[in-house]
Amino acid sequence: MIETVLRAGGYILIVLMFVCLWRAGVGPSVPDRIVATNLLGTKAVVVLVFVALATEQLFFVDVALVYALINFLTSVGMAKYIEKGKLS
Amino acid sequence: MLMTLREIIAAVLVAGGVFFFLVGVIGLIRLPDIYMRVHATAKGDTLGLGLCLLGAIVYLGFTYTSLKLLLIITFIWITSPTAAHLIGKSAYRTGVEAACGDIPVKDISGRGNQT
Repeated sequence: MIETVLRAGGYILIVLMFVCLWRAGVGPSVPDRIVATNLLGTKAVVVLVFVALATEQLFFVDVALVYALINFLTSVGMAKYIEKGKLS
Repeated sequence: MLMTLREIIAAVLVAGGVFFFLVGVIGLIRLPDIYMRVHATAKGDTLGLGLCLLGAIVYLGFTYTSLKLLLIITFIWITSPTAAHLIGKSAYRTGVEAACGDIPVKDISGRGNQT
């Protein structure tokens, strides 16, 4: 039963990820695209955790942890780059 | 179909987390402005991921994997508002216009060139 809930939640989150991808493509300004990409990465973390629980292969949790780190780094780097024009 | 109480609590928490992600995505699509979109998606991120991974922790019990999940929750709760604040600040400094005319963005938008 809990596997059914995890699988249904994963499917719903993947559909929502495609909706975020639509906003990242359409979005009128550059920060819109960054916000959409940030939300997409957070959903990817949750989908990785659901995959780890549903398939009983728990090393995907490590992948999710590293993905969360890289997602934050991407958002901060892009925000500083569009603000200052350089990354330092 | 038999479920223990722990699985029922985990399923309810995961469903609540997916609901908050849905609310965040609706805010991302429907709101007219970058500042409102940042506002909506930061809350959707924080609550949605927190509830989903709390459900996973309840389902797993006291293991090392649930400790890693708690680490992910702590990290996201620190970094997601930080990222939202930085994106909003960069949008403000580069002069992205607001949807309603009350915010004097055009007067201050030249500050992005100085600093």
